[in-house]
This record gives sequence, structure tokens and C-alpha cells, in this order.
Amino acid sequence: MRNIILLIFLAAANLVQAQDWEDRKLFGPSNAQQVLRVLSSTDVVYLDTVLSDFVRTVDGAQIEYLVTGTADINDIIRKDPDAYDVVISSAMDLQVKLTNDGFAKPLRTIERPDWMQWRQSLFGFSAEPAAIVVNTAAFKDLGLPRTRQELISLFRAEPDLFRDKIATYDIRRSGLGYFFATQDARASETFWRFTEVIGNLGTRLYCCSGEMITAVAKGDVLVAYNVLGSYAATQALADPRIQVIVPEDFATTMMRTIFVTRNTSRPKLAESFVAHLLEAAESREPVDRLQLPPLESEAGRELQKVVPLEPSLMIYLDRLSRKAFTLEWESAIIQ
Amino acid sequence: MNDQNGDKVNIAGSLRNTLMISLIGGALVLAVILYLVVRTYAAQIAQSTQDRILSASVTSILDAAAIRNEALSVELPYSAFSILSTQADDRFFYAIHQDGRFLSGYEHMVFTETPNGQMKFYAGRYDGSDLRIATGSRRLVGANGQTTLTVSVAQGQQSLAGVLNRISRNAGLLGFGFFALMTLLSLWLTYATIAPLTRLAASVQRRGPEDLRPVAAPVPAEMAPLVGSLNSFMRRLAHSLDQSEEFIAEAAHRVRTPLATVRSYAETTLQRVDKLENRQALRAMVRAIDESSRAAGQLLDHAMITFRADHLRRSKLDLAEVTGDLIRAMRPLADMKDVDLDLSATQQVWIEGDAILLQNALRNLVDNALKYAPAESVIQIIVSDDPANIRVQDSGPGFPQDEIPDLSTRFTRGSNAAETIGSGLGLTIAQDVAVAHGGTLILTNRKEGGACATLSF
Ligand SMILES: Nc1ncnc2c1ncn2[C@@H]1O[C@H](COP(=O)(O)OP(=O)(O)OP(=O)(O)O)[C@@H](O)[C@H]1O
Ligand SMILES: [Mg+2]
Repeated sequence: MRNIILLIFLAAANLVQAQDWEDRKLFGPSNAQQVLRVLSSTDVVYLDTVLSDFVRTVDGAQIEYLVTGTADINDIIRKDPDAYDVVISSAMDLQVKLTNDGFAKPLRTIERPDWMQWRQSLFGFSAEPAAIVVNTAAFKDLGLPRTRQELISLFRAEPDLFRDKIATYDIRRSGLGYFFATQDARASETFWRFTEVIGNLGTRLYCCSGEMITAVAKGDVLVAYNVLGSYAATQALADPRIQVIVPEDFATTMMRTIFVTRNTSRPKLAESFVAHLLEAAESREPVDRLQLPPLESEAGRELQKVVPLEPSLMIYLDRLSRKAFTLEWESAIIQ
Repeated sequence: MNDQNGDKVNIAGSLRNTLMISLIGGALVLAVILYLVVRTYAAQIAQSTQDRILSASVTSILDAAAIRNEALSVELPYSAFSILSTQADDRFFYAIHQDGRFLSGYEHMVFTETPNGQMKFYAGRYDGSDLRIATGSRRLVGANGQTTLTVSVAQGQQSLAGVLNRISRNAGLLGFGFFALMTLLSLWLTYATIAPLTRLAASVQRRGPEDLRPVAAPVPAEMAPLVGSLNSFMRRLAHSLDQSEEFIAEAAHRVRTPLATVRSYAETTLQRVDKLENRQALRAMVRAIDESSRAAGQLLDHAMITFRADHLRRSKLDLAEVTGDLIRAMRPLADMKDVDLDLSATQQVWIEGDAILLQNALRNLVDNALKYAPAESVIQIIVSDDPANIRVQDSGPGFPQDEIPDLSTRFTRGSNAAETIGSGLGLTIAQDVAVAHGGTLILTNRKEGGACATLSF
């Protein structure tokens, strides 16, 4: 009898463990009294120093850092909101909706300007523009375009060179791709024209930034549009085959955001972790800094056009809106 | 004197308090009303502002709906949500229903039927937040018939609550400021209204008892009847007081003169009449005339004393001097009876009093001593200090011991007074004068024989 119970218990434990994480890493001593469970869509490399720093400064604290996709995070939190203490995600819209739906806890001790926070619960800590990645070899003679307009002119001038050699997100498969597309559409009329132009040239659609960057590097495609700039920049450092362009007309810039779950059992620790992360994100010392582009001053923000943390972001999560937008996008890009 | 009883005023309420309480009370009521009105009005405006925004959001979603290729398509305009941003980062929820069937948004929002083209506003609550909800619907006609789209948008009220708190605080400040101002104004108003009354009362109070001049200072119109009555009352009083004093003096003169005439006729006639019975009748007549004359004199003296005692005019007097003057005047009378008036006044004795009254009292005491003590005796008049007093001693039979307590009563004469002419008012006068000056009259019999009457102040 006891064995059966043990068996069931193990099975249940297995079920919980059954979630396959993209990555899972522990920081701090294994005998710690408090374990902070951080659910995140950001690769560990980018936050490694910050997390290690935190467990070093706070006695008896351990961080369990769990990495998965943004849509996954949304589902997990809605299903089991009390199992995690801190949530980090690059999907601003999903994060805003989670906050609006009451999953986030207001943090009273943290003060940030309006555009960087919402409901005193959700805080942005990085500014990451959507960038254009080009194949260095192909653009050697063409000269690097600085704006979308220049890119369009280039496409028109050399249609044969670029036919079937342009990549962008398949917004039906990627939340981030959909997010960038909607923000582009809102920011400028150019977006639809641009979409039609690349649609005419036969654009290849991808699910993720990484694949697009690899394709550009290999020369499978020559231009990738709306790639997550921070990833691309990291890659470009090590790979001379690609070059990253942040368009000068406007660059849709998203924030990574963080919140503490409403019913966390370690509210103090979670709050001080958020404070620590925000401080690190704003630190002027390169050593303490996050490995992510920091939120810039007002002047920098003007140029970057950071999408502010507002409830209106939820509009793109609406089923009907999404359907309508996707239809329009499909008719422009798939010809 | 019974001034204590006379000064006691029957008091019911206070003009100042009534005025102040009603003014301040009124101000308080007005301030509270002001606060409530401003707050309610502001709250309505704030709520209607939120309602307008919600309604704009609902309308913009409804307007974005279209039937394309026989299917309903709604692309929510960005503004539908962006106008819902508030200072307090209020959360919001929305739901879109088609013919009562959930289409998009928050499924937990209850579907509310709304007539086409109309907007419904109502309150709700979700997950610990108070919500304001707007619902509107629109009928769309396509080739396959018509369909009704219903959109509900709900928004938290935290921002509104913040606005309301600010408004309440300001309205409260406004109410309080108004109240404070009105209170100051009330105090000033009360003071200004009461001031003429207080001034009048003070000026009347400051006057001496004999000052019966009319009030000359200007007074407000409302007080004119009172001051008019007061003035005419004082004029009449002054007039009647003047008249009384004159009347008493006049009356004494008027009564005594004809009596003296009658007496002299009776005495002359007595000389000429020989018949014993006639002489006896005439003697009785003379005695009756004497009695009447004495009684009239004493009565008028008593009246005069009562009058002067009521309006006592005090001045600083040396009792020794006053007594000396009187004794000098009475000496001829004493000499006629071979009585020696022995005045012993070794020092000045100062008192505040009315010389006429004091001399009158003293005269009656000396008069008694002359009347009831034997001839060729000595009457001692002793003035001494601490307390100021005058003693009149004779060597006669003394007061009838058991009648002493009653002798100062009006018209009371002793059993030893049968032979003498008198009215029984002498000691009454002396006692009234003593009491008017705050003193007493003490009657005793001396051990060595004789009466002793003491005026002590
Ligand atoms: N010196 C005195 N010796 C004895 N008896 C006195 C003496 N003085 C007053 N009396 C008694 O006291 C009574 C009251 O005195 P009072 O002076 O009031 O009245 P009166 O002398 O009789 O009348 P009048 O009003 O004319 O003085 C007298 O009738 C007398 O009996
Ligand atoms: Mg007498």
C-alpha cells in the first residue's frame, strides 16, 4: 500500500518535472533557506552576472532560473500562478495582460517613470530594437541602407538579387514577430508598403531570430527584417558575415519586463531581486551591467521609440484584431 | 437699604449668545451644504467624464466592425484602448459578443443586452477592483441577414477615486475656509450689534445715583424707543424727586404756621376765661395742638429722612464738628430747663455721611434726654472713634427696661411717656439714620441710672 502511495507521489512529482525547460540553472548555495523561482524567456547568459551577484549579496537565498518561451510563460502563469515568484518576459503585451488580469503584485518601494512601469507592478529593464540584419558580402558593393526607404529602393533596383532572399518573422507563428509587425504598422504607413514590396519579392518566413541570423550568415537569405537587435548584435560580434542595422527612420524597440507574482511566498526577497535587476540594468559600470541594451535616457528614448508599457498593448492580443491583422498581413506578404 | 434685591435682574438668555450661535450655526450648515454640493457635483462630473471615455471606447470598437465576405470582422482600433490609460494605471476588461455569443475579450464578463444605438453604464466588481462598465451594441446588416454586435468595456475606478479624494479635500478646504470666514464675520457682527447696548449699559452704570440727566450719546434706531422711555422715565423721576423734597419742606411750614396761630389764640383766650371747665377745655386744646404740631413735624422729618436716606449724599464729615454745631444750637433750649449739655469730643472723627441726617438723629436723642431727664441735671454727649460713635447719656429714670426692643418702632412710646408730648417717632428717625449710614442705634440703661443712646457707625 505504502509503495503505491509512494509511486503515485513520484508520478506526481514527475508530472511537475515534466515541463521541459529550454534551460534550468541554480544560483547560490544548495542548502539555502529560501529559493526564488524565476520564470524567464531570457537566456541565462544575459543575466548570469546579475543573478550570481544577487545570491552573493543576499544571505541564504537561492535562485532557480527557468527558461521557456513567452507564450509558454503566459500559459504556465495562468495555470499555476503560485508556483513561481518572479516572471521575466520579452512579450510586453502578454506581460501587460497578465498584470491587468491580476497576476502581478504591486511593488511599493520601487519608483520608476510612467513609461517604464505599469500599475507599479510591471517594470521594463531593457531596450531592444528590431533590427535589420544583412549579409556582409552581398552588401559590399551596394552600400548599407540606413532607412526602410533606402532598403525599398534597393529592393526595387535589384529585384533579381533579392528575389526569395529576404527573411522576416512569420507573425502567425511568432509572438515577437507579430508584436514587431503591429508596432511597425502603428508607427508608420511605410510598413504596409514595405510588406507588399518584400511580399512581391517572395519573402521567406521564419519562426525565430536565431534561425534568421543563421540564414543570413550562410547566405541563404541576404536581408532579415525585424530581427531582435540584441541577439543579432551578440552574433555579429563573433561572425563577420553579418551586419546589424538599426533603421534610422524609426526603430521599434521593445522592453523586457519583470514582475513579482501576486501570491509569492517570498515577497521581500522577490521585491529586492527586482530592485537589484533594475539597478543593474541602469548601472553605468560595464562590469555590473546586464548583458542587455539598457534603457536609455529620455533623449535616447526619443530616437529609439521604446514601446511604452501601456494597457493598450492588449489590443494586439485580441482574437478578432489578430485575425484581421493577420489576414491583411497575409494578403500583403503571400502572393 | 435693600439695594441687593433691587439690583437683581431676571435673566433669560443672552442676545450675544443667541446671535453668535445662530450666525455660526448657520455658517456651519452652509459650509456643510457647500461641501456636499461641490463634492456631489464634482463626483458627477468626474463619473460622467469616465463614462464618456468608456463610451468612446465602446463606440470606436463598434464602428470598426464590418461585414466582409459575409463574415464579421472587427479590427480593434488602437485608440479604443489607449484612451483608457489613466493616471492610476487602472486595469480594464472588455468583451465582444455577437448575438449574445462570446466572440472575444474577457469571457468572465457577463453579457448585458442593450438596445441598438444606446449606451448603458453600470457598476461592477471583479477581483477586488470596483469597475465602471459601459455596454453598447450595433446592428449590422449583411447579405445573410442581420447580426447584433455588443461591446462592453469595464475600467477600474482607482483613478476616479484619486480624483474624488482630491476634490473632496479641496471641497473640504473650501467649506472650512468659508466656515472660518463666516465665523470671523459672525464674531465681528455680534460685537458690532451688541456694542451700542453695552456702551449704553456702561454709561448708565457709571452714573451716580443723583445723576438723572437724559442719555445724550447717539444710539441705533432700534434702541431709540428704549432710550426714549429711559430718558422720559428719568426726567419724571428727577421731577418727582425735586417735587417731593420741596413738598415736604412746604408741608411742614404749611401745617405748623396755622397750628401756631390757633395755639396763640387758645392761650390768649385762656387768659380771659375764668370758668374752670372752660379753662380745662382750652388747656386740653392747647395740648392737642402741641401734640398735632409735634406729630406733624416728626412725620415730615421722618418722611424727609426716608427720602434722603434713599438717595444718600455722602460727604466727608467730622463727627465732632457736626455734633458741636448741633449742641450749640440746642443749648438755649437746654438752658430753659436748667440742663447742662456736656459735650466731650476730644478728637476729629471722620465718616462719610449726610450732615443733615446725622444732626436730625442726634437732635432727637438730645431732645429725648431733655424730655425724660429731670431739670438741673447734666446730659453727656460723647463723640469717640473706633468705631465712630456718639453717645447721649442722661441721669433720668432710663428706658423702661422691658420695652427697649420695641421703643425704636414707629409710633411706639414708652410707659413713662404719658405726661410728655411726643409722637413716638424720635428713636425711629435716629435708627433709620444709623442704618442708612451702615450703623446701629443701641439703647441701654446706665448702671448709675439714666438712659444711654448710642449711634454707632
Ligand atoms: N432719655 C430717655 N429716658 C427715658 N425714657 C426715654 C428716653 N428717651 C426715650 N424714652 C422712651 O422712649 C419712647 C420713645 O421715644 P421717642 O423719642 O421715639 O418718642 P417720643 O419721645 O415719645 O416722641 P417724639 O416723637 O416727640 O420724640 C418715649 O416715649 C419714652 O418712653
Ligand atoms: Mg422723643
